[in-house]
Amino acid sequence: MDVIVWSRIQFAMTAAYHWLFVPLTLGLALVMAVMETIYVIKKDDFWKKTAQFWMKIFAVNFAVGIATGIILEFEFGTNWSNYSWFVGDMFGAPLAIEGILAFFMEATFFAVMFFGWGKVGKRFHLVSTWLTGIGATISAYWILVANGWMQNPVGTTFNPETVRSEMASAAAFWEVISNPVAVSKFFHSITSGWVTGGVFVVGVSCWFLLHKRQQEFARKSILIGSIVGLVGSVAVMLSGDSSGIHAAEFQPMKLAAAEGLEDGGSRAAFTIVPGVKVPGMLSILATHDIDGFVPGINDILKGYTDNDGNVIPSVAEKMQRGRTALDALAAYRTLKDTDPEAAAAARALLDENVQYMGYGHLEKPEDVIPPVGVVFWAFRLMIGLGMLMLLELLVVGWLGWKDKLAGKRWLFFIAIACIPLVYICGQAGWIVAEVGRQPWTIQGLLPVNVAISSLSAGAVKTTFFLFLAIFSLFLIIEIRIMVGAIKKGPETPNE
Amino acid sequence: MSYTFLQNYWWFLIALLGGLLVFLMFVQGANLHLGNRKLSDLQKRMILNSTGRKWELTFTTLVTFGGAFFASFPLFYSTSFGGAYWVWVLILITFVFQAVSYEFQNKKENLIGSQAFRVFLMANGLLAPLLIGTAVGTFFTGSDFTVNKIAITDPSGPVISTWGNGWHGLEALGNWHALLLGAAVLLLTAILGALYVINNVEDTTIIREMRRCIRVSIIPFLVFFLAWLTFLLMRPGFAVDETGAVSLVTGKYLSNFLQMPVVLILFLAGVILVLAGILPSGFGQSRKGIWFAGVGTVLTVMAIFFVAGYNGTAYYPSCTDLQSSLTIRNSSSSPFTLQVMFWVSLLIPFVVAYIAYAWHQMDKKKITDSEISSTEHKY
Repeated sequence: MDVIVWSRIQFAMTAAYHWLFVPLTLGLALVMAVMETIYVIKKDDFWKKTAQFWMKIFAVNFAVGIATGIILEFEFGTNWSNYSWFVGDMFGAPLAIEGILAFFMEATFFAVMFFGWGKVGKRFHLVSTWLTGIGATISAYWILVANGWMQNPVGTTFNPETVRSEMASAAAFWEVISNPVAVSKFFHSITSGWVTGGVFVVGVSCWFLLHKRQQEFARKSILIGSIVGLVGSVAVMLSGDSSGIHAAEFQPMKLAAAEGLEDGGSRAAFTIVPGVKVPGMLSILATHDIDGFVPGINDILKGYTDNDGNVIPSVAEKMQRGRTALDALAAYRTLKDTDPEAAAAARALLDENVQYMGYGHLEKPEDVIPPVGVVFWAFRLMIGLGMLMLLELLVVGWLGWKDKLAGKRWLFFIAIACIPLVYICGQAGWIVAEVGRQPWTIQGLLPVNVAISSLSAGAVKTTFFLFLAIFSLFLIIEIRIMVGAIKKGPETPNE
Repeated sequence: MSYTFLQNYWWFLIALLGGLLVFLMFVQGANLHLGNRKLSDLQKRMILNSTGRKWELTFTTLVTFGGAFFASFPLFYSTSFGGAYWVWVLILITFVFQAVSYEFQNKKENLIGSQAFRVFLMANGLLAPLLIGTAVGTFFTGSDFTVNKIAITDPSGPVISTWGNGWHGLEALGNWHALLLGAAVLLLTAILGALYVINNVEDTTIIREMRRCIRVSIIPFLVFFLAWLTFLLMRPGFAVDETGAVSLVTGKYLSNFLQMPVVLILFLAGVILVLAGILPSGFGQSRKGIWFAGVGTVLTVMAIFFVAGYNGTAYYPSCTDLQSSLTIRNSSSSPFTLQVMFWVSLLIPFVVAYIAYAWHQMDKKKITDSEISSTEHKY
């Protein structure tokens, strides 16, 4: 395998590990902030101990999230050198805001939350707990602005002098930070974190009920956990719906792959599993109109007319225009100091074709098709498990509310089994989003084969296995420590 | 605001973050003392818990330092990180182990034992300052890379920045001038770590040991630092003229100090403050040395960055192809992006204020042995 493949595998592995830790951070942050708020209002030590138990779990998880996060940040530079030059100007402002507004907030108030009991006032401590979660959430917004821009690169101008995408005006900056893809991705990711937190808290609490330990703690935790999880579930569905609309509009190939749709049309059917279809449903989901046209893989390859009447050229034509743009860019840079007239002509040719420049790097039209099977099944896994989580939270939450959980051992087992499933659900979601946009690091502008660093495959392979070993070791230790902390239980008086 | 002003401003902030990072590596330096055989296990845990409450600030500063380079000078980010691959990967790995070690080391389920995690903390304390210092050392000696932006149109080799050798950065460890700076930074962080512990921990044995370490380290630190400085002032520097052409100029760094008197004053003030922090703590009974040495470190490192990048100097020079050298003019983000970031950066004082407030609240009481045995949340 070559350096492109190893760079992709390494980045995918790092991102997948990072996303094992982040959703629990986002979800638990909300759960424990709510619990501590109840403690400060009711002045009941029970809630303090309950919040502290979940904080202990949070702290173990937070450390590994940070460790994987720093590798992710620097891998942009180490393994995607061309990419980081190409996008540096677009991501500069969002990342500066993330660093200044979010990272320090998270780091500072995490320390107060963790070590500040008894050292700072109750209210200051409570504010710190909230700010830790808010910092993590703000951080997620800005990094998803960057990710959203890669899926739908708005507000950018290609500058042939610097050979990169640039942000040229306040209007462009606004387009980038209010990118609809970024906004729905943010809500989708954050609220899926709430679902993860909710399912985790409910599952762990059911373990206590199963062992008839800490019943008061478990029941109260189930209430908070299921409310957070249910609010998250509803919001995840709503933002998922708008993600679908955005995919149809900005990344039709991703949608076609997720649906396994070879030939599209209006009144397109939604495939639940191969062979089971709901007529017209895909058109409704993708365009909110039963007569909406949804292009399939072959339509995209051959070219089609979209719902607004725009003629989308075939991939072969885009590739040809992309090559024209690349040749014009090379000519412009060679001629600009010696032959201004020829340079101006090259520049005009470049401007005319620049929107397809990324396609000029592809070898054949089929390169634009992502691995359909992976995306198709990941999509189904995500939705199926998402539904299951909603159902589980509803049943456990409702019975918990009515105080009818006692003795329902089968339900406790299901709730515990849902903990690994909610993680699989989140991973599947990112597989749809990221594998579904192959071969693009930046949709339409920069394919993976030109985004890399100039390294040998062996070097990247070595760091891949190194990081894999390190992260796996951390994951195993984290799970062991968490299990140990859970077995020990909270320090509440009713043990 | 002119483009030149914005580029200079962002180089100023990079220098500031670099200075803060070296100062905050007192965490790494203090963890080196976990290897001190004269300290009991409880005393080591006191040090661990003391640095354990600050490590996230250091870590966040490192992340922000990297992020600020990506945002304001992306060509450095793509050239150095993608090129000097192994150096950065090594630095990152030591920090990754550090990030989990505090939380993991004291748990019985940690699989590989407490001692292993303390070794990771010490490895980070040794390698991170050494490698970061050496990497900054190459800002003055040059590295083996070329930058060719037109490469992106070439399907057979599309990468803009390419490294000239298979060592991918590890060759810096054979670059004795850069290594001198690495060694000086390592010793400085060990001293800063000792100063921080003296200030933050209440234990006579620990404080006595820290003072002894300072006395042992001060001479080698000064030798390495002054040797690095002397050779810096004597070596030819990478000058860039108004057209952007880079050339080697004898005594460039010396003339940078002389032509920018403010930087010279900053540098001298920094060095004096560092000594004013170290000497009374190493040889006297002072416990406030970290404040002087801390401010002094920030000023000195900033002056070093200014000499590297201002006054028509290429801050990340290429010795393979002089014209590929990175300057604050040819490697920066666009005027608009730098301007947006300028406005955002005005929030920094507010951030510093809340960090200071939070830590003032937290550090009112020094760390004692009874605290390690009583508090619930500890490492």
